[in-house]
Amino acid sequence: MKILVAVKRVVDYAVKIRVKPDKTGVDTQNVKMSMNPFCEIALEEALRIKEAGFAKEVVAVSIGPSQCVDTLRTGLAMGADRGIHVEASYSFLPLTIAKILKSLADVENPGLIFLGKQAIDDDCNQTGQMVAALLGWPQATFASKVVVLDKDKQSATVDREVDEGLETLSVDLPAVITTDLRLNQPRYATLPNIMKAKSKPIKKMTLEDLKVDIKSDIEIVEVTEPPKRKSGVIVSSVDELIYKLKNEAHVV
Amino acid sequence: MQRLFAARSVLGNAVKTRRRQHLSSLSSSLLFDETQLQFKESVSKFAQDVIAPHAERIDKTNSFPKDVNLWKLMGEFNLHGITAPEEYGGLGLGYLYHCIAMEEISRASGSVALSYGAHSNLCINQLVRNGNTSQKHKYLPKLISGEHVGALAMSEPNAGSDVVSMKCKADKVDGGFLINGNKMWCTNGPSAQTLIVYAKTDTKAGSKGITAFVIEKGMAGFSTAQKLDKLGMRGSDTCELVFENCFVPEENILGKEGKGVYVLMSGLDLERLVLAAGPLGIMQACLDIVLPYIRQREQFGRPLGEFQFIQGKVADMYTALQSSRSYVYSVARECDNGKVDPKDCAGTILCAAERATQVALQAIQCLGGNGYINEYATGRLLRDAKLYEIGAGTSEIRRMVIGRELFKE
Repeated sequence: MKILVAVKRVVDYAVKIRVKPDKTGVDTQNVKMSMNPFCEIALEEALRIKEAGFAKEVVAVSIGPSQCVDTLRTGLAMGADRGIHVEASYSFLPLTIAKILKSLADVENPGLIFLGKQAIDDDCNQTGQMVAALLGWPQATFASKVVVLDKDKQSATVDREVDEGLETLSVDLPAVITTDLRLNQPRYATLPNIMKAKSKPIKKMTLEDLKVDIKSDIEIVEVTEPPKRKSGVIVSSVDELIYKLKNEAHVV
Repeated sequence: MQRLFAARSVLGNAVKTRRRQHLSSLSSSLLFDETQLQFKESVSKFAQDVIAPHAERIDKTNSFPKDVNLWKLMGEFNLHGITAPEEYGGLGLGYLYHCIAMEEISRASGSVALSYGAHSNLCINQLVRNGNTSQKHKYLPKLISGEHVGALAMSEPNAGSDVVSMKCKADKVDGGFLINGNKMWCTNGPSAQTLIVYAKTDTKAGSKGITAFVIEKGMAGFSTAQKLDKLGMRGSDTCELVFENCFVPEENILGKEGKGVYVLMSGLDLERLVLAAGPLGIMQACLDIVLPYIRQREQFGRPLGEFQFIQGKVADMYTALQSSRSYVYSVARECDNGKVDPKDCAGTILCAAERATQVALQAIQCLGGNGYINEYATGRLLRDAKLYEIGAGTSEIRRMVIGRELFKE
């Protein structure tokens, strides 16, 4: 079985974000970029499944500008077998990404597609679900535990973290799984693996190759910082509190 | 957008602070290629996750942690045998990679880095460079995996800078030598299983009478004395070695009898280069503390970092670090190309060590009163930094080596 893992290049989580003066987005010039932490967890899970003998190959894919190759190299250094870089000069929204991943899945025929539950830059939490829908495959999102049952049965048991607690699903393969924080602790890329990764292939593909229509129905109008947190007010009675909650904060 | 910020802070707290701000990411590209940068990132993550949390306690208790085996963990990360051949479990790479590892470990903990440097360079690398095949097969695999700890001893209570005047002697007997004498300032001495020790097989021949030996813990007549109570680098166990009629078999000679001084002196060049990355890590650790502090701490209604005096200080700290870094890694690259110049090897540690002490002092100053209490790491950074002006040849000796060579040329 082949496992496809989508990894996204995002602003490193430790960086202090600044909004661009023209309000078109977040400043990414000279800012440290890294693999999305949830994508790292997704890749780690795929590698563990391969090491347990349930998959033959782990393929990492990243969509974006040429620097995405760095993200793929990190993935290869962790242990992915090969990488695919889909060239795109600007960042796409989840539906376009999902369409690209569907096209790739049609070509690569993986038994599992792993994604992080969301990217820490846009927090969309949509791509995994959309890919599953486009492919008509079952999906198990917010995975906190994945067990692939025997190869013949071709199914997996996934524990999902939901609002009410944990939900256990059984999904037939091929399926889409998105990973949550507590699923695993991603491995470090050791120097021997970084060296080995240099000779692993990264295939370049274009949107034309995949015949994907990138027209988006969504346009980002403006990006602004959240309002600065104002200091609190001391109220003198419960009545005053209720009045303020109702008429000033509009939360009741 | 609001959820983004909230989610980010939740993520930051939930995931252990894995990656500190990568401060000099701009200029690192001048020094390193892509692969080296990847390695630096990776070691940095590892060191911050695995080593840094123990740094304060290691200093306070003057010992390595008991609940984790740092030697094994570093071994699993393939850090010990960077310069050792692959057939013994090493990586077969050069000093550039070794310095990268040393710097990042030092950034996490000065004490761990010093012990790591002694183990991986002073012991392992000397075995790699001077050992014969059977010695390498016997000692390297366990040292490289981290199962065994390595050390090296040349100085004595009465022979520091004047190391060639060492009195520890090795008398020829049937099948080997009997070693008698004391060694001082042995890093990792208390815990090492494999030690490289220099002794005089011919006390009348001066420097030409020195021979290098491989000593094993447990050899009859070899013992370690008190662990030293040091100002800094606490936890990097240092002690005196005692030899009382310690029998060492013939096959444990490292290199050739009477040729120990070449092993010693050529080893010192590379030791100085790799250890020079230690103060680099300390300077980086100083900036890691000072920069967030001057952004947060306010006086007179403004963050400290808005005042010119403070800006001047951090500028000096930054340029001291960057210039020392350039020197160290350039020389490392030259050594990897086979050109080892004793002047530059001594120069790198002379430069980096003295700068690191000054940077640490300034770090304390930037924190003001807070810099003076042990709740902040700046005090430890100063105490750790100072060692590098003394160990591996004092600054005075380094100056002499460089000046003497320049005079000769």
